[in-house]
Amino acid sequence: MKKIFLIIRREYLTRVKKRSFIVMTILGPLLIAATMIVPIYLANRTADTKKVAVLDESGIFYEKFKDSEEIKFHYLVSDITTAKANFSKSEDDALLFIPKTEVTLPTNAIIYSEKSVSINVTSYIKNVMSKQVEELKLQAQLRELQTDKKNPVSVDDILKSIKTSVDINTMKIGEDGKESKSYTELNMVLGMVSGILIYFFIFMFGAQVMRGVIEEKTSRIVEVIISSVKPFQLMMGKIIGVGLVGLTQFLLWVILTFGIVTVVTSTMTSKDVNKSATEQLMKQKTGMSPDNSGSVTSQDASAEGMSVVMDAIKSVNFPVMIGAFLFFFLVGYLLYAALFAAIGGAVDSEADTQQFMFPITVPLILSIVMAQYIIQDPDGPVAFWFSIFPLTSPVIMMIRIPFGVPYIQIILSMVLLLLGFLGTTWLAARIYRTGILMYGKKVNYKELWKWIRYK
Amino acid sequence: MDLFSAHDVTKQYANHKALDKVSINVAEGHIFGLLGPNGAGKTTLIRIINQIIAPDEGELQFMGRKLQPDDIALIGYLPEERGLYKKMTVGEQAMYLAQLKGLSYQEAQRRLKYWFEKFEIKSWWTKKVEELSKGMQQKIQFLVTIIHEPKLLIFDEPFSGFDPINANQLKEEILAQKEKGATIIFSTHNMSSVEELCDDIALIDRSKVVLSGSVRNIKKTFKTNTFGISFNTFDGPLQSILPAEYQVLSENADADHRHVQIKLPSDATSNDLIKVLLPHVTIYAVNEKIPNMNDIFIQAVTQQAPSTITQY
Repeated sequence: MKKIFLIIRREYLTRVKKRSFIVMTILGPLLIAATMIVPIYLANRTADTKKVAVLDESGIFYEKFKDSEEIKFHYLVSDITTAKANFSKSEDDALLFIPKTEVTLPTNAIIYSEKSVSINVTSYIKNVMSKQVEELKLQAQLRELQTDKKNPVSVDDILKSIKTSVDINTMKIGEDGKESKSYTELNMVLGMVSGILIYFFIFMFGAQVMRGVIEEKTSRIVEVIISSVKPFQLMMGKIIGVGLVGLTQFLLWVILTFGIVTVVTSTMTSKDVNKSATEQLMKQKTGMSPDNSGSVTSQDASAEGMSVVMDAIKSVNFPVMIGAFLFFFLVGYLLYAALFAAIGGAVDSEADTQQFMFPITVPLILSIVMAQYIIQDPDGPVAFWFSIFPLTSPVIMMIRIPFGVPYIQIILSMVLLLLGFLGTTWLAARIYRTGILMYGKKVNYKELWKWIRYK
Repeated sequence: MDLFSAHDVTKQYANHKALDKVSINVAEGHIFGLLGPNGAGKTTLIRIINQIIAPDEGELQFMGRKLQPDDIALIGYLPEERGLYKKMTVGEQAMYLAQLKGLSYQEAQRRLKYWFEKFEIKSWWTKKVEELSKGMQQKIQFLVTIIHEPKLLIFDEPFSGFDPINANQLKEEILAQKEKGATIIFSTHNMSSVEELCDDIALIDRSKVVLSGSVRNIKKTFKTNTFGISFNTFDGPLQSILPAEYQVLSENADADHRHVQIKLPSDATSNDLIKVLLPHVTIYAVNEKIPNMNDIFIQAVTQQAPSTITQY
């Protein structure tokens, strides 16, 4: 065990100290941050005023939505069927429908629109609604206090009890008035991003494992090392060491990207971009009774951009998402890295790897190609089978998970992936231990099969 | 006592048998030469001793018991195909390899410091391996092979890549290791170094041991009772004064003497030869022609070996 630790440490340190690692660690977050910030910036720049029709069945939000440079509200008195029917003929960009609720105050709303509504609009609506509901709740609480003075309630309890979160669903409505539920963009983005990340890391760090093995073979150090450790220990030490390098880079990227995005968006919002929305927000806040300002003003204006994302993120089952991501990320990497190591062991130089790379890259590339299709139909049979098969499940299952996958399927996929990992590692170890001692031999699949069967 | 022995070791690959019932006995404190033409199976045997590959059949004994996985800490191996990580510094690399052999960090550092001073290569410590010449790299490789003071040292073609001066230094270092009590297995094609260094040898040809024993005994067996004689004061054909069963093999001459090689019948000695010649010629020198390892190697591999010696 001590030896495998030494190997892991060497593999890790030599890579982390490389200049290319440091450059990638800095450039990566800059690129990711740029792709995140630029669209937000551009979207906020568009001066178009959106017209939103409000159909509020409860009536409690009447005149509560204030017009701004970006959004103009007008209120309908109608029922939802006719409103929807008239929508495509009207000049409105979106129809906000707040259905009536019997017992509690309404906390759900649906936005119908032809094009997707910007995040600014939804966040503003969400804010106004939650504030209004909170205010009503507070009034009710205060009334109760006045009538029932025997039971003093602490201010904290009140603040806790009035806290409200509002859900807004976005529905796309076509020219013909037919509606289709648009999968919330966040799910798509989360699924695609995590799927692509896994794909990217498997390729990038799997190839590093392969190159490392080839390097040991061509520099002829491998025989010196395996006279001290078992070939399997050397292989696993390399795979784990490189995996930790990948994990380190990934964590640094997350931290740095988060840092950059936070800094940039906060400077952006504090300037002119979200000014109108911010002003609205401030007015709302100052209009509140001073008692509850503590809880409501906790969202400070400069963090608005972030808090919108946070709100959206809250709607995803986060523990499952993160847990699954780490699992599929790591085990998927381990499964493929073993195969990459076997290829490295079988060939003499990187130029010879082509013929063996093919069967490894096909399932990976297929996963990414299928991703576009699977994201349209995340519960279909194709999605199911691809997310169960160990060679494609790391990417495909991560694409499906944000949309919600039954636990039994996730567990089945994980078990199969683990079995796949054990299988490829066993296979790879047998190819590896023979291959690393072979020089100058043209190897084909028949030869590999022979190696696997050696005692 | 044998430090290491292999009994009837067989290794079968898909298309050929690399080792066929190979047995060797390596006596403690001896230098054992493992000889044989390319592809005979030497490297396979060495890898089996290092437990890099497993034999199909046969038994391996080390220090009087069965060879165990942990024994690799007691073996030092310098393979024929040897190299270093090019991008690592010499110091890091030596520390890494020493620790892989089971030395603690402090112990590895202490011993490497000693050896780097002894070899006068302290200034290399922070250099990258790719900055060193091939000979310099070989030195580092030798050093990390012996750093854990193994009981059994295995050198596969150790002199390849060394210039004569460094080769000599290496030879002395190998002998010094023997002095310290290490047992050494030594695989080479270089027959002159076998004569200089080896106590015992085994010759492997086509997956089998065709000849083994102590160098002295083997040479004795390969002797053909041939003597070289230098003389003058006789100009006629030498065969005319010799008995018919005395065979003149070759003759040449310089300004002062004639040099003749004569093969005697097995019951005759050098004294018999001198007795026959004394009345006719003036003898300047008589010496027995002992075959060198090179001749023995070629003879054993090209013909069937005349006999296999098993005693030591």
